Amino acid sequence: MTYLSKAAMLCAMLALGACSNALGQDDTNAVDLNGTGNFVAGSPGDPTSPAHFQQVVGDRVFFAVDQSTLSAEAQTILAAQATWLLTNSDFIATIEGHADEQGTREYNIALGARRATAVREFLVSRGIPGSRLSIISYGKERPVEICSDEACYAKNRRSVTVLASGLTG
Amino acid sequence: MTLFVRMFLVSLAVPLLLAAATSSGAQAQSGPLRIEITEGVIEPLPFATPDFVADSAQAAQFGRDIARVIAANLTGTGLFREIAPSAFISQISDFSAPVQYADWKAINAQALITGGVSLQGGQLVVQFRLYDVFSNAELGSGLQFAGPPEGWRRMAHKVADAVYSRITGESGYFDSRVVFVSESGPKNDRRKRLAIMDYDGANVQYLTDASSIVLAPRFSPTGDRVLYTSYEGGAPRIYVLDVGSVQRRVLEQQDGAMSFAPRFGPDGTTVVYSLTQGGNTDIFKLDLANGQTQRLTSAPSIETAPSFSPDGSRIVFESDRSGTQQLYVMPANGGEAQRISFGQGRYGTPVWSPRGDLIAFTKQNRGRFHIGVMRTDGSEERLLTASFLDEGPTWAPNGRVIMFARETRGAQGSVSLYSVDITGRNLRPVPTPEGASDPAWSPLQN
Repeated sequence: MTYLSKAAMLCAMLALGACSNALGQDDTNAVDLNGTGNFVAGSPGDPTSPAHFQQVVGDRVFFAVDQSTLSAEAQTILAAQATWLLTNSDFIATIEGHADEQGTREYNIALGARRATAVREFLVSRGIPGSRLSIISYGKERPVEICSDEACYAKNRRSVTVLASGLTG
Repeated sequence: MTLFVRMFLVSLAVPLLLAAATSSGAQAQSGPLRIEITEGVIEPLPFATPDFVADSAQAAQFGRDIARVIAANLTGTGLFREIAPSAFISQISDFSAPVQYADWKAINAQALITGGVSLQGGQLVVQFRLYDVFSNAELGSGLQFAGPPEGWRRMAHKVADAVYSRITGESGYFDSRVVFVSESGPKNDRRKRLAIMDYDGANVQYLTDASSIVLAPRFSPTGDRVLYTSYEGGAPRIYVLDVGSVQRRVLEQQDGAMSFAPRFGPDGTTVVYSLTQGGNTDIFKLDLANGQTQRLTSAPSIETAPSFSPDGSRIVFESDRSGTQQLYVMPANGGEAQRISFGQGRYGTPVWSPRGDLIAFTKQNRGRFHIGVMRTDGSEERLLTASFLDEGPTWAPNGRVIMFARETRGAQGSVSLYSVDITGRNLRPVPTPEGASDPAWSPLQN
């Protein structure tokens, strides 16, 4: 099974607005959501499910303006992510780094990379093999909140750990 | 730097013009028709552009349209003011006939542009003459352009460039293009595609579809190729696109790395760009002939947005090695970098002027964004704009005008292009069919 069909499967399974994240938010990766994969039932109540990872463990952490240091709260969430990833070793993850709109485009791409890397390094320090963790930065290109106030900016300065199945290798 | 006009003091407007000139320290004098782009405030120079005289009914529309484009080009600079054709006393019905200077003086047309158009063997032939009305003389000699009729706008731009150049002593910038990112959709689902257009917004053509994020296109020194960043392969990577064929290929592709912020060197054979490896972003140089890359910076900080000096000897870039984004200049092969920005706030996206004398940049200070310019040693910083979000300056080919993107606040915020001259005057929107960002101005076309 290809990576994309797995991703489609996860996406269909989650049936959440965040599906586009699971697909790397890149339209070139557009997939057929009506594909004929064998969908796995997985609800947030199932601790081995990506839905659980996303909603219960928490798939994202937030950063201060222009910073990539991990707050105590972020470290708690990432420790839980690490525990989950150690248990569910079939999954690989792409860590997306994002910035708010208060910054120049190029700098924000570099800043997003710094944030994603800080998360990756934390997860590696907790025993996740680096080979399971890739990073990508979207800079300020993919805000989730669109107001021009700190309430929105704070949610856009984020790193999101996006799961995919690693079974196919 | 600002502008003033040395005018002829022989019209009804004399007292006003004199006042404007003296208050700005300019010295009013008689002499050849001339706008000096230096210090002070400008009173736009009045000119007349009657419809170009056509030799046939088929050519008549070209004659009207070309005159309108010339007038729009000149008035768009803020240096010229068009006298409405309804005010004309005499009409130009024969391109070769002597000009009735008195009729143009009477309406205070200091410059008069006349032209003729004809269709000859499938070619559109455009001739023009520029008159210094108050000197009773032609300024420069007549010029003639010929080309396919569909290229009529370019011929109009070439006439306007010649007029601008003869009156200001600077080269023009009208026969040029802009590549940019065309944007549609809401902020949290923005669709982006590369587009190219004439500098004035005409002839928009799309170069990519909206299936991947595309960012920050940059022209080659001859305008035939465009570098840009695309997410089409997943991670951001640098692509080069041939403007004529619209064929593209990836330039920089390393597993686990991201590349972005590319710019050509002045000879078109090298590309400087940022590469992110292991979370750290540095500047590299790629030799297009052999594909060899060379690391130019090596620091744990972010180094990005490199831009060559026009002589190719130096590179200006931004770095947060001091703790915040600031501008630095280093030799083109790397080595010790000198910080040049020392004002309040953060500085990014430096771009070296094609004249070599100034560096344009984006500045963030106290929640506002500015486009500014400074000398290449960082002195004489001057902010040209202020808004919620101004970003990404690009230089007109003559180094006198800057185009940039302005984004408005909030959930309904939109982004569009503006131009401003390097004195901070003449801020005006550049029309685009939908939202637009990341403009890059081409060199003058051949």
